[in-house]
Amino acid sequence: MASDETSGKDLTAADSSSVEHDTAAAGTAVVARDAVANPGFPPHRPRITDLDPRAEKRAERTVYTLFYLSIVGSIFAIAAYMIFPIVPEDPGSVRLNNLFIGVGLALALLALGIGAVHWGKALMHDEEGVDERHPVRGSDETRARAVEIFQEANTESGFGRRTLIRNSLIGALVVFPLPAVVLFRGLAPQDQDPVALLKQTMWEKGTRLALDPSGAPIKASDVTLGSSFAVIPEGLMDLEHGRLEEKAKSVVILVRMKPQDLIQSPERAGWSYDGIVAYSKICTHVGCPVGLYEQQTHHLLCPCHQSQFDVADHAKVIFGPAKRALPQLPIAVDAEGYLIAQSDFLEPVGPSFWERQ
Amino acid sequence: MSTTTDMKPAETKKSGGFTGAAANYIDERTSVSTAVKELGRKIFPDHWSFLLGEVALYSFVIILLSGSFLTFFFQASMAEVHYDGSYVPLKGVEMSVAMASSLDISFDVRGGLLMRQVHHWAALLFVASIGLHMLRIYFTGAFRKPRELNWVIGFVLFILAMAEGFTGYSLPDDLLSGNGLRIIDGMVKGMPVVGTWISFLLFGGEFPGTAIVGRLYSLHILILPAIIVALIAMHLLFVVVHKHTQYPGAGRTNNNVVGYPVLPVYAAKAGGFFFIVFGVVMLMASFFTINPIWNYGPYDPSPVSAGTQPDWYIGFADGALRLIPPGLEWVIFGHTYSFNILIPLVGLGLFIAVVLLYPFLEAWVTGDKREHHILDRPRNAPTRTAIGAAGVTFYAGLWAAASSDIIATHFKVTMEGVIHTLQAVVILGPFIAYFIAKRVCLALQKKDREIVLHGYESGRIVRLPGGEYIEVHQPVDEYERWKLVSYTNYKPLELTPNAQGKVSPIQRVRAGLSRWFFEDRIAPVGTKELEESHGDHH
Repeated sequence: MASDETSGKDLTAADSSSVEHDTAAAGTAVVARDAVANPGFPPHRPRITDLDPRAEKRAERTVYTLFYLSIVGSIFAIAAYMIFPIVPEDPGSVRLNNLFIGVGLALALLALGIGAVHWGKALMHDEEGVDERHPVRGSDETRARAVEIFQEANTESGFGRRTLIRNSLIGALVVFPLPAVVLFRGLAPQDQDPVALLKQTMWEKGTRLALDPSGAPIKASDVTLGSSFAVIPEGLMDLEHGRLEEKAKSVVILVRMKPQDLIQSPERAGWSYDGIVAYSKICTHVGCPVGLYEQQTHHLLCPCHQSQFDVADHAKVIFGPAKRALPQLPIAVDAEGYLIAQSDFLEPVGPSFWERQ
Repeated sequence: MSTTTDMKPAETKKSGGFTGAAANYIDERTSVSTAVKELGRKIFPDHWSFLLGEVALYSFVIILLSGSFLTFFFQASMAEVHYDGSYVPLKGVEMSVAMASSLDISFDVRGGLLMRQVHHWAALLFVASIGLHMLRIYFTGAFRKPRELNWVIGFVLFILAMAEGFTGYSLPDDLLSGNGLRIIDGMVKGMPVVGTWISFLLFGGEFPGTAIVGRLYSLHILILPAIIVALIAMHLLFVVVHKHTQYPGAGRTNNNVVGYPVLPVYAAKAGGFFFIVFGVVMLMASFFTINPIWNYGPYDPSPVSAGTQPDWYIGFADGALRLIPPGLEWVIFGHTYSFNILIPLVGLGLFIAVVLLYPFLEAWVTGDKREHHILDRPRNAPTRTAIGAAGVTFYAGLWAAASSDIIATHFKVTMEGVIHTLQAVVILGPFIAYFIAKRVCLALQKKDREIVLHGYESGRIVRLPGGEYIEVHQPVDEYERWKLVSYTNYKPLELTPNAQGKVSPIQRVRAGLSRWFFEDRIAPVGTKELEESHGDHH
């Protein structure tokens, strides 16, 4: 680029003359010998409040009016606390309480703030001041003394000389935090193996499929064509402990479509019942519940990261970041016509993990 | 401090009256007069962009105030209760104590909802203002020596602010926060070797467990704030040690700082600005609902609503997860490698590492060891500005992706189309932004030269006797001119062999980077050119 119109001889490394206190290297920076000189401060321009006593008076009035207004706002907020109480079971009262206390406080704060800033800008002394900068590094004497202190401390303690003491000290300091790391093992129960837990759910042979969240068992004849709903194992809601943990693994989405629409691999031939299929509702990406079922295309969408699964074809991934198909729950019908599980899932549900295979 | 600064001796008695006595009492026990002497008339330069960091500081104070109020009512327990508060639609619903107490704060404590909303809005503002403050620092080169370490501290604060945001978002244990945790759990589990166990330890057993809210609460109100307070103190201490940077201007040099003193001007302006920021947050909390947990209901692993989105500052990470193309997960030697999670994790890790290390990179490229207290106008560092524009574009693409479903439904376009477009934006966008920003910077520098040499366009058209029309150009005064000509120019590094007559590979890399940075450059106008151009203002 034809930009360096000053030729090489006019260029010099930016030397210390332009930055008096700083003798550090300028690297590849260059300043032209004929650089324009700093013209110094422009003349000060007085404000209207400096020139016109009436404007000054007006600004003063504005400032104290704002401060008084702030007091009004604070008192209004206190009054609003009492005038607009929360009436139980009336959401409208919450809204009014929120609004009027808030407006009072906002007035108090804004008037105070604007008043102070206006005071600073319009009335306070307006001439800019100048501070000198000094290099951030300590002076040479200070640095020399610092080095000296370390040397004295070293001599007096023998830190550098008595290497056995020094090294064992470093060793002790390195090792002593380790017990704390071990203590954190207690964050999770000692007697459980996460891998084993992740590989099983509440479903087992004969568990009835139940509606989420009521827990009522589902008759195959009650599942209408084209419908989809969330399903949990019967008895989940009666669990004393770990209900959410079990639910987070065992929740299933149940879909009924025309049997001829369903593509079924031979090894899963008996896993559905009359067009009713059940797939894990937990996304194989990072574990959100897949929720949005499109009846016409049989596509299932995860609302978190938009992975799409084809329910008609083994819930395979057709778009999005997920890799694996949703695990299928093999289902059947018991003697009373209720949908039951044939077994647990044959693979871990939910997001991938290291020991999954 | 106010007791020591009453400067009205006329109104006080000879001894100084009560104020004087109080000041004397305190000073004899604290030596506070030394601090007043050092700091009281300290000069700070004025510029609107310097307020961004102030907004961050003030919103943090607002967060501390409103958050302290909330701790008096919030109960970080995941024990199950049947809700029995004022919000009728959820009456009798089973939920955690955390959720129930959050609802009580919203519906049964007067002003409780207001404080919750102040807390949440201030938190959003906190992260936003830190982000803008960082952009200001970056684009003006304020991170250069001696401020590199303060850049690092500020960067860590940005990360901690997001961590505070996320932990706070998870505390009410509502449906959205539970889903957020579920995503974190899924990401953690996707980490090789340690993922399963880290998740198990984090949640105190299987997801969701009954421990996580209490643990996040400790982080949210104790550990993280303590670290943030300590780092903010260091951050501000360094501002005092370094003295504030200033924009180029007449009379301003690298050896001075020009502006107004702390007392009284900045006490009024900065103090007042705190109340203005607080007031604006209060207005937002009064009028605009944020995080209506009562609409979401308690956490349940089964339901989820369409259009779920994280708070805005987590969006870039969520967007990165969404943009990963299908199929990136393999089983290798019996272990599962989830590249659909690892690529976003590592990619974002690299991105923030580059941001963290940028000051050191640029210092190495220029080799400039001098202190820099005069800010660069962004145009005068075209390559840096262009890199910044590329980074912003990358971030913005990821961020937009966190709303891919909303974009698709609102603009009636396909989900797949939005994802594919944003994939292109994230990969190609930075290059385009880099190119455009660099050209714009160079063009603006050329325009500056033009103005210095030939004056600015006055808008006055004059017809000459010969019939020719010209626009009169007015010369800029020397103060304006100084702003346009006072910047540092760098030349690309020339490769020079070392004592052995060799050029080391490191030197080659450095020279390459230097060429990349400074090959295209516009030198500032010198006096010689200025003289040659005189009388040329037509």
